[in-house]
Amino acid sequence: MSTQERASVNVQPAEAERIDRGAGNLKWRHFKGNILTVLGWFSIIFGLGTLLVLILDVLNRATGIFSGGQNWLTWEFFNNFDSRFAQRAGAKAAIVGTLYTISLTILFAFPLGVAAAIYLEEYATDNWFTRLVEINISNLAAVPSIIYGLLGLQVFARWLLFGRSILTGALTLALLVLPIIIVASRESIRAVPLSLRQASYALGATRWQTVWHVVLPQAVGGILTGSILAVSRAIGETAPLITIGALTFVPFLPRDIFDIFTVLPIQIFNWTSRPQDDFRSLAAAGILVLLAILLTINALAIYLRNRYQKRY
Amino acid sequence: MAVTDLRRQPNLVQAIGERIIQIILLVAASISVLTTAGIVFSLLSETIAFFNEVSIVEFLTETEWTPLFATKKFGIWPLASATFLTSAIAMLVAVPLGLIAAIFLSEFASDRIRRTVKPLLEILAGIPTVVYGYFALTFLTPLLRGFIPELSIFNSLSAGIVMGVMLIPFVASLSEDALSAVPNSLREAAYGLGSTRFEVATLVVTPAAISGIVASIVLAFSRAVGETMIVAIAAGQNPRLTLDPTVPVMTMTSYIVQVSLGDTPYGTIEYYTLYAVGFTLFIFTFVLNIFSYWMVRKFREVYD
Repeated sequence: MSTQERASVNVQPAEAERIDRGAGNLKWRHFKGNILTVLGWFSIIFGLGTLLVLILDVLNRATGIFSGGQNWLTWEFFNNFDSRFAQRAGAKAAIVGTLYTISLTILFAFPLGVAAAIYLEEYATDNWFTRLVEINISNLAAVPSIIYGLLGLQVFARWLLFGRSILTGALTLALLVLPIIIVASRESIRAVPLSLRQASYALGATRWQTVWHVVLPQAVGGILTGSILAVSRAIGETAPLITIGALTFVPFLPRDIFDIFTVLPIQIFNWTSRPQDDFRSLAAAGILVLLAILLTINALAIYLRNRYQKRY
Repeated sequence: MAVTDLRRQPNLVQAIGERIIQIILLVAASISVLTTAGIVFSLLSETIAFFNEVSIVEFLTETEWTPLFATKKFGIWPLASATFLTSAIAMLVAVPLGLIAAIFLSEFASDRIRRTVKPLLEILAGIPTVVYGYFALTFLTPLLRGFIPELSIFNSLSAGIVMGVMLIPFVASLSEDALSAVPNSLREAAYGLGSTRFEVATLVVTPAAISGIVASIVLAFSRAVGETMIVAIAAGQNPRLTLDPTVPVMTMTSYIVQVSLGDTPYGTIEYYTLYAVGFTLFIFTFVLNIFSYWMVRKFREVYD
């Protein structure tokens, strides 16, 4: 319809022009969608491209695979303690420290997190206490991790006299990942259909028997997946452990949970802060090990999710 | 029929056992409340000790931060401005890229692309921050110095950009959730009126999801404010009141790291500054978190 024709059906000229601009430029209106698609792909490729560059750059610095430099990811790297000389430095204390700290973190956080989730899903009534707990969990999930470090320094290291120990580090990390485990476990428990609980009660089971023998076996996949993701978060955490005073230079293995310690991310940070290029390469080797651990763990989580995925 | 109707009365031993289990579970759930209480209490007690020695007026009006020097000055502004600067640069990267990715994934991409791209982007969020810090210092800064020769080795520009990349999946994922939650009837109504896909996405779906989108941006900002390792590694250790992104600065989190790395005995003013700065950081992020929570609840469009 042209402007003249439309004017004959009593449309104001300005209005007619507005409609025309819309209708007449239909190509342009559709083209704007194409622009957005291109920009959308650009955003995604920008993000994933950065990831790829990061990994290739670290790989090259650590092993010299593209530039032909020195390979730092050797047997000595895993078997030597840190040293003032880059050629002799290794990550043994850091890798073992990470292993100890994370094992202890799981020991604290997993039972506590799952128990809290069971309480909130299966026992809690809708009262002020339940709401308080729920608000707390969602707020704690957004508190910066370094604040947990200040909490651990004050409460575990100083008031409870645990010092700068593995125990302090593990308790701090446990509090940090607790909200993640609780949220994932709750979702998984909630997904178990009511009919299964009803069937269990009809057979004369008590509430706990129902939870333990019916609900938890059905929810275990989601609970494990969420907990593994929480562990992978804990493995990469640096700031709270620096704050509680985990050391950067530890030339021995920890003897017990009250010993001082270091972890892989702190070792990487320490090597990155030294100005010599050789230490930067060592840091890259540490990053490769850290990323490899995280990748393995996440693959395990995906495997478990697929294995236990249930449809009702 | 409600579940409770089907339940058998347990015998006495069982009833006691059930009660004990319930109490244990209740205690586990209370840990979260205790954690918050522990955070507030430990931050507050040492912050009060700090303000016994330093006036709150000096803390809020002084423009220099030199607690480790002979002449000590305790103005929070140099740290606060650096935190704001790095976070703002991160937002300049994360918000446009994250939002466009979210709109694209929710309104334009096919189901298969969405299912492939989303988990791939999540990998970005799973990389430890110390790795991003390394990348900013050893890769991005040298690269940027090719274009900006006066850029310092430590600067907020490259720390901010890398932090922004880290937050892209955060903004994209939360915004995409908000966009996907908009009911299809709204899209169909707009198509019925002759809208193109672009118009549906930008004039109908995005406004309908705006509370969730704003909440995701605010949460990402809060994440940037509390982010530690990237700025501690790549942004420098020089507290100064500036908005120049090319010079070394010191954020609140970098200061906490710097003091923690030294051996700071309990009871000294340096020890108290940790908590005064930590408390300020906690208040900042707490306000942002509450605001985003409130945004979602207050402005959420409710559809049947």
